[in-house]
Amino acid sequence: MKRGQYEYLEDIATSDVAFRATGKTIAEMLMAAADATLEVMLTEPSSLQPRVTREITVSAANEEMLLFNLLEELIYLKDAEQVLLRVDAIDVQRKPPGGYQAVALCVGDRIDAEKYTLGVDVKAVTMHLFSVAHTDAGWESQVILDI
Amino acid sequence: MLPPSYKDGMLVPALIYGTEKLINEMDKGVFEQVTNVATLPGIVRAAFCMPDGHWGYGFPIGGVAAFDAEEGVISPGGIGFDINCGMRLVVTNLQEKDVEPHLEKLVDRLYRSVPAGVGASGMLKTTHKEFNEIVEHGARWCVKRGFGWEEDLDRTEHSGCLAGANHNDISDKAVERGHDQVGTLGSGNHYLEIQVAREKNIFDKQSAAVMGLTIPDQVVVMFHCGSRGFGHQVATDYLKKFLNVMAGKYHIPIRDRELACAPLKSPEGTAYFSAMKCAVNMAFANRQLILHKVREVFADVFGRSAEDLGMHQVYDVCHNTAKIETHEVNGKKRSLLVHRKGATRAYAAGMEDVPDIYKEIGQPVIIGGSMETGSYLLVGLPTASETFYSTCHGSGRTMSRSEAKRHFRGDQLIREMRDRGIYVRAASLPGLAEEAGPAYKDIDEVVLATEIAGLTRRVARFQPIGNVKG
Repeated sequence: MKRGQYEYLEDIATSDVAFRATGKTIAEMLMAAADATLEVMLTEPSSLQPRVTREITVSAANEEMLLFNLLEELIYLKDAEQVLLRVDAIDVQRKPPGGYQAVALCVGDRIDAEKYTLGVDVKAVTMHLFSVAHTDAGWESQVILDI
Repeated sequence: MLPPSYKDGMLVPALIYGTEKLINEMDKGVFEQVTNVATLPGIVRAAFCMPDGHWGYGFPIGGVAAFDAEEGVISPGGIGFDINCGMRLVVTNLQEKDVEPHLEKLVDRLYRSVPAGVGASGMLKTTHKEFNEIVEHGARWCVKRGFGWEEDLDRTEHSGCLAGANHNDISDKAVERGHDQVGTLGSGNHYLEIQVAREKNIFDKQSAAVMGLTIPDQVVVMFHCGSRGFGHQVATDYLKKFLNVMAGKYHIPIRDRELACAPLKSPEGTAYFSAMKCAVNMAFANRQLILHKVREVFADVFGRSAEDLGMHQVYDVCHNTAKIETHEVNGKKRSLLVHRKGATRAYAAGMEDVPDIYKEIGQPVIIGGSMETGSYLLVGLPTASETFYSTCHGSGRTMSRSEAKRHFRGDQLIREMRDRGIYVRAASLPGLAEEAGPAYKDIDEVVLATEIAGLTRRVARFQPIGNVKG
């Protein structure tokens, strides 16, 4: 499945990590944001072996909360099940009147400091300068993760 | 001082503490955020920012704000995601020369005994029922099970437990995230250090002696951590709940979603206050279990009991909390909910909740510096009433994480620090690079600023010799 792009931003957070994620579709943007979050905790995301799979379903009243809830779920699983996950595919459906539901198929591995070069722990997704916008090129989000 | 005329909606002035140098170095976000705090309903006296202040989310880091307990609000953004992140300090009767030959072994053993890094889980596996007891009873739960000494509780802020924590106010997700993490350090700027108090760095010999610093080049252990994934989830859960009711139900304008709040006396406010106390208590238990592990490691390496090694806890302070306190405002005693986010309570001599052994000198305040520079032990002063007896919490970042990673490499830092006499074990080399000394403000300047402002007085400065980094 095609993934969006992400870049880390320096000017808007001192002690935390900020990034911008973009994609032609909401699904691409969501996958890019999940990638950006993973890279904070795992220095080389491409090194992550596909040993466990998880299907995550999140719903929300709008695009912003859909992104927030997806990232929150990935962070939750990191602590609750000690797994780092990459979103392999995601299906986003509209849920009238304005809501969404996303089903993400995730693959990854148990956290193992011997096996992987780990980065820093992500505590939470913050609402600080958090945004999701529909642009001419597709979808763009800005996120600050609490470290 | 920024007067209420600075921004529409400010109910009180905003006061930023610092030397000229520190204030010039502060990012613009601090001024924006501290003045936003000054608009929140029920705020009393002023919105404060301590000298180590920097851009956070909602409140600035270093933010202090008190709200009327009846009419005011409670805000998760005024406490932080890492609820009851704090510092604990323990002394030993060892000198640097006693520890030096064993330093690497000690740090390696501590690194193994106190799990650190991304998603680390602890040695203590608790059932959900036991975890519910921990969040309601805090450090006392640990001491009851032999993970600590009774005197540790007397030397912990609020005796290691905030009353009124009800596990029914926390989500299953929060429990799932945190129940295996009691006794873990975490990541980012969390650390455990072996430090030395050199004679030239004792500024107040009398207070230092009361706190157990009595011999030359005395070795101490200091650590910094909080409520781990549990507290992060509690904060996330309630941030979302508050956003749903803030504007519609309580008619509070939302200037910044991280300033989400609700009246303390509302159902949502009351539930969050209880859940926050659960996270405060979990963090107290976390630091208590880590202290137990530290004592075990020292006892094992030196072949003497922790009692024989004089491993008394000096104190444990919180720097991300909201607590009901009584303070005098315009000559009247008022019950206030004091939020401190990246700020430390610093009670003066004689005040309530200052342990009997410190009643004559004031509450010890533990300030963590960067891993390369050093840390401080301060004491609370009667002249700090303006800030509701609050002071700084650390040195405060000045360089972003990406910028630090561009300037420093973890492996190189480890070698350079070893050359300077600091042995480091880190869960993450990139994470270590982000914590390099120059990424932080000048701790000496920050602490001096609190002394000039009459908030706290320096007792001792500690030099790191061993470091376990999350």
